Amino acid sequence: MGTNVLFVGVGGQGIILASKLLAAGLVQLGYDVKMSEIHGMAQRGGSVTTQVRFGEKVYSPCIGTGEADVVVTFEKVEAVRYLGQLKPEGTLIVNDCEIYSLPVVIGQEKYPENIIEKLKEEVKELKVVDAANIALDLGNIKAQNIVILGVLVKALGLERVNWKEILETYFRGDILDLNVKALDAGINL
Amino acid sequence: MKKLMSGNEAIARGAFEAGCSVAAAYPGTPSTEILENLSLYKEIYAEWSPNEKVALEVACGASISGARSLAAMKHVGLNVAADPFFTMAYEGVNGGLVIVSADDPGMHSSQNEQDNRLYAPFAKVAMMEPADSQECKGFIKEAFEVSEKYDIPVLFRVTTRICHSKGLVETGDPVERVVKDYKKDVKKYVMTPAHARIIHYEVEKRLARLKNYANHCPLNKIEWGSKEIGIVTSGISYQHAREVFGNNASYLKIGFSHPLPDEMIRKFAQVVGKLYVIEENEPYLEHHIKSLGFACVGKEYLPICEELNPDIIRKAFLPKEDKKLHQVDIQAPHRPPVLCPGCPHRGVYYALSKYKDVVVTGDIGCYTLGMMPPLNVTDVVICMGASVSAGIGFKRGSMQGNRNEKVFGSMGDSTFFHSGITGLIDVVYNKTPMVLVILDNSITAMTGHQENPGTGKTIKGEITTKVDIAQIVRAVGIKGENIRIIDPYDLTATNNAVKDAYHSEEPFVIITKQPCALIKEVQKKRAGLHCVVDQEKCTKCKACIRTGCPAIALKHDRVEIDSSMCNGCTLCVQVCKFDSITKAGE
Repeated sequence: MGTNVLFVGVGGQGIILASKLLAAGLVQLGYDVKMSEIHGMAQRGGSVTTQVRFGEKVYSPCIGTGEADVVVTFEKVEAVRYLGQLKPEGTLIVNDCEIYSLPVVIGQEKYPENIIEKLKEEVKELKVVDAANIALDLGNIKAQNIVILGVLVKALGLERVNWKEILETYFRGDILDLNVKALDAGINL
Repeated sequence: MKKLMSGNEAIARGAFEAGCSVAAAYPGTPSTEILENLSLYKEIYAEWSPNEKVALEVACGASISGARSLAAMKHVGLNVAADPFFTMAYEGVNGGLVIVSADDPGMHSSQNEQDNRLYAPFAKVAMMEPADSQECKGFIKEAFEVSEKYDIPVLFRVTTRICHSKGLVETGDPVERVVKDYKKDVKKYVMTPAHARIIHYEVEKRLARLKNYANHCPLNKIEWGSKEIGIVTSGISYQHAREVFGNNASYLKIGFSHPLPDEMIRKFAQVVGKLYVIEENEPYLEHHIKSLGFACVGKEYLPICEELNPDIIRKAFLPKEDKKLHQVDIQAPHRPPVLCPGCPHRGVYYALSKYKDVVVTGDIGCYTLGMMPPLNVTDVVICMGASVSAGIGFKRGSMQGNRNEKVFGSMGDSTFFHSGITGLIDVVYNKTPMVLVILDNSITAMTGHQENPGTGKTIKGEITTKVDIAQIVRAVGIKGENIRIIDPYDLTATNNAVKDAYHSEEPFVIITKQPCALIKEVQKKRAGLHCVVDQEKCTKCKACIRTGCPAIALKHDRVEIDSSMCNGCTLCVQVCKFDSITKAGE
């Protein structure tokens, strides 16, 4: 059986790029990889999910309920929404970030409180990341997806991948330096 | 060399390697990236056509002229292109002709879930269904060969999970790109009734020959495992089935799915114990297998609606497992798709939301989201272009019933070029007193920013003539006094235009001009701009929140604007009666 990673978050957070980078890293190690992405109707603000599966041979690109080895959530409420996808002994990585959806903004629904506390009670392997502030310290909040990717790289034990080579295919100059630092920051957290 | 490619990238790569010379498409999720990737090969003529019918006709003409050609579209696009599709099955090809239909089971971004496999027997064309990216590349090459050898267009049917899943692909070298000679042949290429009567017999013969091919082609294959269970499957369903049953079943994997390989099906069905058919949406394979006289189980256990996945198949066929799933006692609020912060469509919808007796017929594009709260404006969405034509019908029905709703149709620039112009001609010709709002954001936005006839650039980035929407509107006969061209970020101008249109008793058009907030150059230009709430002056009346901008929220009893999301469109500034919001960063 292979390994399953589910990414969830909100359109505009850089989720698809983070999963593409992970998939490229896995190809470098010689794994069979499948990655599936679903981006709904909205470019910004809607739910986004991607799934990465890797191993010796992968058939379906879809991860079943309760089958994800790691669920990476870029937003707290999304962690709650997709918690059922996580294996009993799986790792949950949560970005400590709140993005209000429109029903919350207009007062139809409430943004829940104490999400992290409740997740801590439920999931043994929980990693909470304040990616926005780490990225801000490095110079640009937009690198938060790469910080989160770094945390995932460590959780999956993929530090041996030549990540710089992969980041170089997507970024140049200062932005490349920023993202290399962001990945390291995530790995060393 | 092996590369990670999405199905769409692999289709483009395969077409390139197969010597495809002409490709045309209209953007539509999940098909869009096929043409985007094809356009990167300088050897291929690639174009965004105004709609799918035009795209397919371009490909048909190129095929007759001798070039290997491809047209790509989403499933509902094939409805638009159905007219040339059916007749081209009669005319056959000169250069190979492949039509890619990207279906959307689960309707991640579509208005229906039609299973376009049913088009193949209906139109009498050949059909192929790849199951991963590698097959997308390989099958396309075979599709061009089959098309030329059997003188038939090939329907290349993929789905969202094929198009938007990445897998490893071994790339190869392209064949030499040759355009065949053209020889005039009116009996083949001029489809008059007299010619069609003769050719219909020929079409049936082609299909009979293809039946033989189906039974022997490498696209259909049997993978033996346990013979207790035999599974007939195709496309992504094969991957899900393999995941669930592994070697505990044998598989008849169908890659060439019209005409179906009857001999192979018989051979397989006779030696396996239970026969399962695992397919998404319609029971296309199942009906055929039953018609051959074999008992099988398919839609009895599997749903017709929505996508399949390994979970659904497991639950349908295997004993129930008791899985304990993680859960917490929290209700996650919904996260529906919304108009982006700074979206130029918001202003007009906000203005329209103030009228209670207005019916808004909407269209396919980001502006479909005008139906969402708190704007709640759109009443009707059917298909591309229907905002204007269904608007005519709604107004006429209302008038026949002695009602007097004011009808506003609303569509984007790309949709106007796609199928809005004919509807607008109807408005003028039959003097229907309705309004068409053309939301010109200078891009085909929802599918991820493609050029269109109004943007002044081709898919290859070449500068071209901008087709002028206002000139078309005038040319079809909308009177100058009934046309308003406005900046939708200017709420006063927008309100005035909507008011004038509301009171007009003649055909009326409003054109809003403001580029999509997510276009890279626009983002760069507006990067520093944002709006700020003065907490001293704010009365928390929530007028700004009622614009439905996701950058504005009442957090911890304060109205706050997220400066990283805001692009300074100032709609909130203009609706605030207490002057408590200001624009910053100029």
